[in-house]
Amino acid sequence: MDTSRRDFLIIGTRMFVMTSVAAAALEHVVAGAPEKAPSYNTADHWWAMTIDIEKCVGSGHCVRACKLENNVPDEPYFFRTWVERYHVDPLDMDHPTVDSPNGGIDGFPETYPDGKTSGKTFFVPKLCNHCADSPCTQVCPVGATFRTNDGVVLIDKSYCLGCRYCVQACPYGCRYIDPRTNTADKCTLCYHRLTKGLQPACCETCPTGARQIADLKNPKDPVHEFLRTHQIQILKPQMATGAKVYYNGLDGSVR
Amino acid sequence: MPGVQGFMYPNEIELQWSILIVLYPYITGLVAGAFILASLERVFNVQAVRPTYRLALLTALAFLLVAPLPLQLHLGHPERSFEMYLTPHRTSAMAMFGFVYLWYLMVVLLVEIWLDYRKELVLAARASTGVKRLFYRALTLGSDNLSPESLRIDDKVGRIVTVIGIPSAFMLHGYVGFIFGSIKANPWWSTPMMPIVFLFSAIVSGIAMVMLLYMVLTWWRGTGIDMNCADTVAKYLFYAFLVDFALEMLDLIHRIYEADESFRALDFMVHTKLFLSQIVLQLIVGTGVPILLLGITQVARIAPRIRLRMYLTAGVLTLIGIFAMRWNVVIGGQLFSKSFLGYTTYKLAFATREGLLPAILLMLLPFGILAVLLRVLPPWEHAPATDRL
Repeated sequence: MDTSRRDFLIIGTRMFVMTSVAAAALEHVVAGAPEKAPSYNTADHWWAMTIDIEKCVGSGHCVRACKLENNVPDEPYFFRTWVERYHVDPLDMDHPTVDSPNGGIDGFPETYPDGKTSGKTFFVPKLCNHCADSPCTQVCPVGATFRTNDGVVLIDKSYCLGCRYCVQACPYGCRYIDPRTNTADKCTLCYHRLTKGLQPACCETCPTGARQIADLKNPKDPVHEFLRTHQIQILKPQMATGAKVYYNGLDGSVR
Repeated sequence: MPGVQGFMYPNEIELQWSILIVLYPYITGLVAGAFILASLERVFNVQAVRPTYRLALLTALAFLLVAPLPLQLHLGHPERSFEMYLTPHRTSAMAMFGFVYLWYLMVVLLVEIWLDYRKELVLAARASTGVKRLFYRALTLGSDNLSPESLRIDDKVGRIVTVIGIPSAFMLHGYVGFIFGSIKANPWWSTPMMPIVFLFSAIVSGIAMVMLLYMVLTWWRGTGIDMNCADTVAKYLFYAFLVDFALEMLDLIHRIYEADESFRALDFMVHTKLFLSQIVLQLIVGTGVPILLLGITQVARIAPRIRLRMYLTAGVLTLIGIFAMRWNVVIGGQLFSKSFLGYTTYKLAFATREGLLPAILLMLLPFGILAVLLRVLPPWEHAPATDRL
């Protein structure tokens, strides 16, 4: 293989930059479980996520990254995050056509089989809303699922009975039963990464920056600017769950 | 995706609660209903239903013992279920089940049965020898005083326990309704009517079950049915059914008239996936026909033999209808997407942990337990009856 000096320099520089990033992250990665992150104080944070519908291109990077990072079962009915594609016809705005082939993990086919042309089409990434008043934690008979001090809804898998009441109680369809452990499972906002100063896998891999992790207690977090300058909506506000996934550009037809 | 019409959130495609969770409210309903029938005699002094009194108590006990089994079998980690007693989560309706259950079993049902049978237990212990004697003596818990004064106390305490028992039975089953009715995420379940509808359907199913058991057992023993008793039980079944029907219709009409955001999806479901179980089995076969049959026996003069057959048919159809109602609530509530944009299918397996076979076995088990109870604690009385068939 012929490698010119120019190519060599480019590849060499890339490798240098990327390995130093990896090296810098290494100490966080080897820190292990969250409780081994001594500098992390739950009282200092209040986690949320922002999703900019106008930026989402439905690439499915987030779904793939999530499945890999969190070892989510492969089957097409277990997702911690997934992407829905909405098509809204102007003649029937209340009844959108929605698809999410395998959770959008491989992206979406460019056209609809029945050739929809009129109307609008957009993508809606979904995940656990980490509700402040979450109905799922309310119903858990043993308190195995709970909200942390820093606003993340988690599950203690060593305590979960597998009664599935929380799955029924979630209005957003964010929970499933992991067939390997027979316990409830859902998005943790990559808590194991958050507590080490890293972003969730989905935010990190999003090619357009549509998904951003947000710490509402951090005054320097760009989320404050984002919330101030955008029209923000949450999913199913009538459920009054205190959902903390904030969408920009969310269409009224989304449910 | 096979079995899916329209759009479901991906995690909704597989149903969470199976036929075992259908059995759970069905069985607890039978317990509550049987107990309410028993209390008619005890508290409200309806002497006509006396022949069913003890049978109703034993039926309630047999079904109550089985009630937690479908739940246990359904749990992903049954070995952790005891945590519900040790570390109950106070905001969870489900966490309270254990306590309501234990209260009902230990404080109400067992105490009432023991007080009612204490005299017979002492006499049985005195009349037998060997292991049998030891067994009955153990059941007396060492209390073998049969003086008129102590029997009078038995009766008095028994009545107090029954008075406590009625709200307890209401609580037992009303609470089961609340488990479903309090889920705001699910419009098929979320209604304050749910506990009360569950309660009245429970009373209906319990009365029907005891009525059938009474008729079948008396035929089998060849002792002849006390017609006055059968008529009275059927009359109460009819009244309870009317209230139950009115409540369910109120719920239905309210939903149709309000036609909120979920209506289109639910209406479509009732007309397709739930048509057989909801319209045909629950409403027509399981409610309309029995109410009609029972109603005819209330207004027309019909020969006892025919009347009994009508009661029998109405009873069987009632039990089918109430089972269909539980099915429609539990399974129906999971067939549509919470996005209201699609439907999934319930695939009932046969010989799996949550399949049809364990469900059938669990439904047969209470009858096995009842057979043992009937041998150990015979409920029969040999009082002369006026009008026997």
